[in-house]
Order: sequence, then C-alpha cells, then structure tokens
Amino acid sequence: MTVQGRAVRRVYLDYNATTPVHPEVVEAMSAFYRDTFGNPSSIHWAGRDVKEAMEKGREQVALLLNCNPSEVVFTSGGTEADNMAIKGVAAALRDWGNHIITFRTEHPAVLSTCLSLENQGYEITRLGVDRAGMPDLAELEATITGRTILISAMYANHETGTLLPAAGIGEIAARRRIYFHCDGVQAVGKVPIDFRGCGIGLLALSGHKIHAPKGIGALVIRKGVKLAPLIHGGPQERNRRGGTENVAGIVGLGKACELAMAGMTEASRRVAVLRDRLEADILAAVPDAVVNGERNRRLPTTSNISFPGLDADSLLLNLDLQGIAASSGSACSSGVMKESPVLAAMGLEREHVRGAIRFSLGRETVVEDIDYLLEVLPKIVERLRTKQ
Amino acid sequence: MNSEKKKRVVVAMSGGVDSSVTAALLRDEGYEVIGISMQVWDYSRFTGAEAGTFGTCCSLDDIHDARRVAEQLGIPFYVVNFEEEFQRLVIDDFIDEYFLGRTPNPCVRCNQWIKFELLLKKAQALDADFLATGHYVRVEQDAQGRFHLLKGLDKGKDQSYFLFTLTQQQLGHLLFPLGGLTKGEVRKLAANYGLRVAEKGESQEICFIPDNDYVRFIEEARGSGHLSGEIVDSEGEILGSHTGIYGYTVGQRKGLGIAHPHPLYVLKVDAGSRQVIVGGKDELFSEGLIARNLNWIIPQPTAPLEATCKIRYRHQPVLCRVVPLADNRAEVRFLEREKSITPGQAVVFYDGDEVLGGGWIE
Repeated sequence: MTVQGRAVRRVYLDYNATTPVHPEVVEAMSAFYRDTFGNPSSIHWAGRDVKEAMEKGREQVALLLNCNPSEVVFTSGGTEADNMAIKGVAAALRDWGNHIITFRTEHPAVLSTCLSLENQGYEITRLGVDRAGMPDLAELEATITGRTILISAMYANHETGTLLPAAGIGEIAARRRIYFHCDGVQAVGKVPIDFRGCGIGLLALSGHKIHAPKGIGALVIRKGVKLAPLIHGGPQERNRRGGTENVAGIVGLGKACELAMAGMTEASRRVAVLRDRLEADILAAVPDAVVNGERNRRLPTTSNISFPGLDADSLLLNLDLQGIAASSGSACSSGVMKESPVLAAMGLEREHVRGAIRFSLGRETVVEDIDYLLEVLPKIVERLRTKQ
Repeated sequence: MNSEKKKRVVVAMSGGVDSSVTAALLRDEGYEVIGISMQVWDYSRFTGAEAGTFGTCCSLDDIHDARRVAEQLGIPFYVVNFEEEFQRLVIDDFIDEYFLGRTPNPCVRCNQWIKFELLLKKAQALDADFLATGHYVRVEQDAQGRFHLLKGLDKGKDQSYFLFTLTQQQLGHLLFPLGGLTKGEVRKLAANYGLRVAEKGESQEICFIPDNDYVRFIEEARGSGHLSGEIVDSEGEILGSHTGIYGYTVGQRKGLGIAHPHPLYVLKVDAGSRQVIVGGKDELFSEGLIARNLNWIIPQPTAPLEATCKIRYRHQPVLCRVVPLADNRAEVRFLEREKSITPGQAVVFYDGDEVLGGGWIE
C-alpha cells in the first residue's frame, strides 16, 4: 500500500471486527452465484439442489457446536440472532415474567435490545463484572426472581477476549428453569463450544467473524425453547424466520464452520504464540503498558492493552497511517471512536480506559506482522508522550 | 518534491465546499494531507423528524460528505470525537453567557477551544507539520519571523473576526489556503476538481441549533422560567414583563410585546436584577466600550492605539482609539458614537487588513 507516495506495509490486527473470507469458503459459495440459483422452498429440481446444499451447511454448523441441525436457524448475522433470541423469548414468555438479567460488558447487540425492551416495560438487570471481566455467579443467582425469564451472557468478550463461565451460568439457568441466551459471536470457531453440555438455550453466531461473508449468521435454539419469531413471513426455518434463505451465505457459513472445526486446535496454538509474543514485546518496549482482562481465560486471538496517559484515538490513527489496523472501544456510525464501556464496567481507571487498544489476530497473521508492529508502536508511544 | 520529505498537514474537513477545496489544493501543492472531521455533537439525539432537518456544519451527512471527498482525493480520513469538550467549552459556555445577560459568539469559542486547540493538538499527535482550515483569512510572516493575520481577499467572506484569539505560536502551525481566493473562485475550483460538494450551500450560523430557536434550546437544557423578570425603561419604570433574560439581545426591537408610542429597543440585559432595559433608538448609541480577555496578535501595545474595530461579525469597521488597561483589558473609544454595543460579542481591532488583536465586550 502507498499513502500519498509513501510505501507502507499493511498489517491487519482487527480480526474481532471482521475477517477476510476464506478462499475455500469463496469457492464453496461461488457455485450458488454462478450456476445454482433455485429457491430452497421449491419442489422442483432447481429447489432441490440448493435445499440439499443448505441442509449440509446446517449440519456443518451443528457439528461444530454439538447441537442438532434442526436447532440451527440462519439469520442475517449475529445482531439479528441476538435480537431474535432476546425479543423472541421476551414475547413468548410474557405471561410468565418480564425480568431479564444481563451484564454491563455485553455487546451493543444485546444491550441495545435489552434497552428497547426496558422501554417497553420489561425489567432489565445489568450486572457488573470484576476487574478481570468475570461475573460473580453467586450475585447472578441472587438476582434471579420469580419473574426472571432470561439470562443473556456472552461466551467471550469482544474487547478483551475474556471467556465467561458459560457452563456455570448454564447450570444456574437450568437449575432455576430460566432460559440462557449466549452471544457466541466472538467465541464460535475459536474455542470449542459444547452447546448441549453448557445448558445454553439460545446461542448466537456470526459468519464474518470466522471467515464466512458478512450478512450471514445463526441462532441455535435448543429443542423445546419457546420463541416468538422476529421476522414474520413464509414457513422457512421451521416457521422461526420468514424470508427466502441466503443460500450462498449458508453454504459459506457451513464451510467456515467445517474449516474452523478441522483446524481449531492447531490454529489456536499458532495464534496464541503470536499473541503472547506481541504482548511480551509490547510490555518490554512500553513498561507501563497493562494487559486488560483475565489473561488465563481468554480467546487465543485477543489482546487488550492500555497505554496509560495516551489517547487510544491518537495511537490508532498513527498506527493506521503506518498501515496497521487495530481498534478500541466501539465505533459509531460516523466512524468516531468512543471510550470502551466494557473496560469502564471492569472498573479500570479512566486513564487506562482512554488509552486501551485491542489487537486481535487471526488466520493470516504472521510473525512479520508482529515484528512490524513492534518496530512502529514504541516510536509512536514515545513521540506522543514527549508531545504531551 | 521528494516523497520522503513531504510535509504533513491535517485539514479540518467539515464536508463543505471550502474545506474540501482546501484539502484538494494542499494535496496538489505536494503536502501529505490527512482529513479529519470533528464530531462535536451526539447525532443520535436527533431521531425521526428532526434528523432530516439537521443540515449544519458538522452533521452526520456532512461527515459522510467529508469522507467521500477524502476518498475522491485519495487521502486518509478520520473522525475525532470532541463531543464532551464541545459540550463543556462551547455549548455550556453559550448558555452561561446568556444567563449572564450577554450575547455569546459560539463560533469564536469553537475556533479558540476546539479547532485551534484540541484539533491542532490532535494534528501534532499525528506528527503533522500544519493544521489547515477553509477560513477566508491570510497569514504572512515578516522578516523578523512574526506572523501577521490578514483579512481574506474576498471581503464578503472574510472570517478574520472569528480568529482574533490566535497566538503567534498557533499561527506558525496553521495554513489557510483560501485566504487569497474569492468564494466564486473556490466554487469553480470545487467544480474543476469534480468535488461532489461543489454545489453545497453555506453552513448555518449556530451549528448545534439547527432550527435557530436558541431560546427553546436553552430552556430544553436548563428549564424555563427561572430568569423571568420585568421590562423597564432607563428611568426604571416598569413597562412589562418577560419570561427569561436570555431571550433578549442589545439592539433587539421585535418580540418585546409592549405597546409604546415610539419604537423600543433593548438597551441592556441586567442579569442581577433580571431586568431587560429598553429605550428609544437614540439611547442605543455609545461613546465606547470596555473589552476584557484581550488577545494581541501584534506585540502587546503599552500605549493607546489608533485602529478600526468590528464589534460584531457583520459590522463595517469603525475608527476607534484603544487604551490598554490593567488585567488584560482595554477601553475602546469610538470616533463617532456606535449603535448596539453588545456584551458577550467580540471586538476585533484592525489596521487596514491586518488583525491587531481583540477581546470580549463587557
């Protein structure tokens, strides 16, 4: 890449935002843009071809997550899946209760949905977490009332990579006979998830975080869970989501799940080595930098580091000008950066929240990327510190 | 120009014609240009009906336009978040000033505290040599190295009034490529560059009050009714009542709601007594004013100074004598009596085209 005549190496360290589509996924999908076009609901040959491909995709998703293929409902992505789960349970169980428990570190797809329900009269409890980003399960259990219908907790945090105790939450939910919705968008495909074993009622996932394209995701709904549909229409997806299916996307998501499952152990080990190296090198070069979140229980791909006294904003723009893509907090529609609500909920000092950067690595990350980052970043930090 | 030695400049891009042409000109002069838009307002506050009418300086649509122009020019583009600072330094100050019976100028505040302070710092954090804006002003450096701030060549567009707070230090890091051009020429350049914003209209006066109903804006922020009081004449005789002093500005004639044989104008807004003092047109004229928080772009004068001055943006400069006082204040005596001296507005001193300095009217 060149920036107005300046040659710049491009390094992508924002895999938690999105990932490039895997070449084998593109390959698997391309037939459904070129040759095969049928509507899976049709009874004729054109429909049959795509229906089979779609069901294969469903099986591939189910294999990765240890669920039944019939429990997989395809959506337009993770956000729709989260909306479908939370609003769907709220509507279906209206006569049973109106209380939903979630956490302040959840993704906006969950928090905004809960806020919308709160405005409609539902009662929402947003629990805090400790400094490592971990919930207090005793507190969670104590918060449950006779009116509680749903617990919504993510599998892995999008900013810190912290893995929440899904099985522990699932156990409480099962014992208290409450549904457990788990936002699995960041975890699926990166760490093994046992849908059945964790007591999860509803699990949301997104294609583009695991090398499938944008615009495809799924909600896994345990058999028997009561859920009102979010999108009404034809009888597709067992009456749970109307609209002609995104066949190519489903094929792509299935392929991505298959690839993730086959390569997960090896990929995790490889990327964790790079991530740990990145962290060790940054901490050596910038001694007052701090790694945020529970270091021993997190995604192998993610590192959230605070550079106290600096603005994440200035760091990220300088990194981008040198070709390095990383991120902080959550970006709003104008592209402006806001301070991380996740790190604030973890009780970090304001200075640590302001100066926090998320590096997220993935399939295409190589050691040269880390070397280049370490060549560039310490100089930026030093320059910004002397300027201030 | 050697590509390794390109000077880096951050252009404050609002999505309008002026800042877009600024970026294009600097790119063609061989600078490494980075575009930045400032988000100063939480646009999610505007939903539904209001969202569509929000057509001012830094709205979401404008950020989108700025981004598209940057894309067209092939320059990096970023949005920086100054919402909190803008609220504190510009909006709160705007309301506070009205509560003190003054008529504030938020654009000067925004230039002073946001653009040429925070954004300039941000530019320096990006290792930029300069910050550039689309203001119609010129800067010249003399043989001794001092910078001089001059009016824009397009007298109809000159914006030097808004920039009187600039310091020598800041001027050394600022570029104003439009200062030598007319608005017509800038529009032509925009069209020649094929910029998508070439036809765009001028931005409105107060960017955070899209419907211009500043009284409603203040009451939504602070509630209504608590600064209500009497309307009196200069003898103290009560002529009527009002619902908040912030609804009145010196020189204002409309909206007094008083039947009177000759036209009445607001002469003074007294926050202490919550009185709005009104009188005839002849009572609006003054011999002079006191300015505070002065900033001098020329070396600070110690002796009285003959100059011209503007007491509001759309004001023909008039001859005056500036007498420096203690505490960074000055007394300004007009050669001929001047109408509607408005506390809270800026008074800016000129020598011909050159801005000498300025201050805030007490």
